[in-house]
Amino acid sequence: MLADLPQPESSTFTNAGTNSLKTTTTVTARESNPPFILDEEGKIMPTIENFYNYCAIGKLMGVKCTSCGTLTCPPRGICQNCLGTGIEWVQLKGDGVLLTYTVIHFPPTQFLSLAPYAVGIVKLEEGPNLPAMIKNINFDHLKIGISLQIDFETAAPEEWPKWPRYFFKPRT
Amino acid sequence: MGKPIASIVSAGISKFGVREGLYCRELFAEAAKEAFDSCPNLDPRRDIKALFVGMMSEAYEHQAHVAPLFLDWIGLLPVPAFRTEGACASSSVAMRTAIFSIASGAFDVVLVGGVEKMTHLNTTGVTEILGMASDFAFEQWHGISFPGIFGMMAVDHMHKYGTTEEQLAKVAVKNHEHGALNPKAHFQKRISVDEVLASKPVAWPLKLYDCCPRSDGASCLILTSPRIAKKFTDTPVNIIGTGQAQDTLGLFERNDFSSMNVTKLAAQQAYKMAGVEPRDIQVAELHDCFTIAEIIAYEDLQFCKPGKGGQLIDEGATKLGGRIPVNPSGGLKAKGHPVGATGTAQACEIYMQLTNQAGRRQVTDAQIGLSENVGGSASTGVVHIYQRGD
Repeated sequence: MLADLPQPESSTFTNAGTNSLKTTTTVTARESNPPFILDEEGKIMPTIENFYNYCAIGKLMGVKCTSCGTLTCPPRGICQNCLGTGIEWVQLKGDGVLLTYTVIHFPPTQFLSLAPYAVGIVKLEEGPNLPAMIKNINFDHLKIGISLQIDFETAAPEEWPKWPRYFFKPRT
Repeated sequence: MGKPIASIVSAGISKFGVREGLYCRELFAEAAKEAFDSCPNLDPRRDIKALFVGMMSEAYEHQAHVAPLFLDWIGLLPVPAFRTEGACASSSVAMRTAIFSIASGAFDVVLVGGVEKMTHLNTTGVTEILGMASDFAFEQWHGISFPGIFGMMAVDHMHKYGTTEEQLAKVAVKNHEHGALNPKAHFQKRISVDEVLASKPVAWPLKLYDCCPRSDGASCLILTSPRIAKKFTDTPVNIIGTGQAQDTLGLFERNDFSSMNVTKLAAQQAYKMAGVEPRDIQVAELHDCFTIAEIIAYEDLQFCKPGKGGQLIDEGATKLGGRIPVNPSGGLKAKGHPVGATGTAQACEIYMQLTNQAGRRQVTDAQIGLSENVGGSASTGVVHIYQRGD
């Protein structure tokens, strides 16, 4: 299906630091399930809303700067390395290792029913860090360096923010 | 030694703690009145040319647009009033703004302070509002609270340097010991390491007694141009160094979770401006929102080498009577942490210390002091260096 979609302009593309990327593609709104926010050229904008729109269809996406190749996840419209604004969306595998963690016993109100729960910061295989809850794990097994993989909640809230949540779990 | 940028000629601080039925404007007025009354040569309506106030959130008390409100409540209409927000560093940012206004020549005498009212809400309500200073889309949304963020820093520090839960607990014990000597402190009661270790888990390895309380309170300072400071007091305290830096809102977007880059950078600026070395500091007020934050601050301010913060607390170097007393006021942990009030409250304590007004918690003959205040997960960091000006 993706092969049918228009490919990014690749002439200006430099490939710094992207060797570990397994999947590189531009996805247009034709694939969208939730309404993606598009720019004037009809491309999916590098926004938080669109990041979560991708999560709604089970994809962890980052953006790659078309000037310097820096990969950013969650996405931003301005490259933090070169301040470039040309991006292309890149799908990440969602595999990574745990950099740090904690177990939260006193949560904010809306998470009361889940406590105690584990959260952590995961270094994704492709480079960026992503924080999230860590589920399906015995707290005694939480350790810096363990391998985790992403998973997505199937339900999303009905009112703003309608962002579907992702979480990490031990890699199978 | 650096040149004075601004001078503190008076300070006022409300009692910190559960101030039932008192709101921000009233708490702020309590602190301001103390600053006015402690400075008989000051005629507030004639002399004060502007107000700078730090407050974190409208959400606690459902009250925004507080700069004119507080100004009115202390009887200083209609001079300009400015509010700054930098989470838990809100009033340190106000203080820098006030310093710049003096350095620019715009004003020669200003009031700067901070305030927060928190205890009328329950812990989860406060946790939620405080959490607003972290990244909503990627931290708050996934249930990551502020204790959670500092818990993750602690886990990283323990993993990297072997810092222990006992060392964290000793920070709380020390600051409670100091707080017991401060009549304005929220908690004036000593605690033991065992009590800290046995307290309820909040965000592992942080337990309830590793966390500062939610408090109500206000603090303020009268700042003047150094040129005219002696008109108001014989014993001004000069600000000789100031620094500030920012970092990502999200902890996850950094390379290192076991130090605070903002503190390092702000300290570098302040030390350089003041022309002093870390070893010259004789008393310090540091941002111990959680015990791990004080340990990390020791390292980032170069009171010890990276990773040696735990050892510094073990040695007792940061106790009153030690080599470098830290948080003689009791710190955020025991004095309390009405977030917007904290930055200027730290400055109040250093002012009291350097002018020998600190009573039972007085550091003997201190000439040079430092305050370090961070906002959020150290997304804002401010360091000030002070010197006796008499």
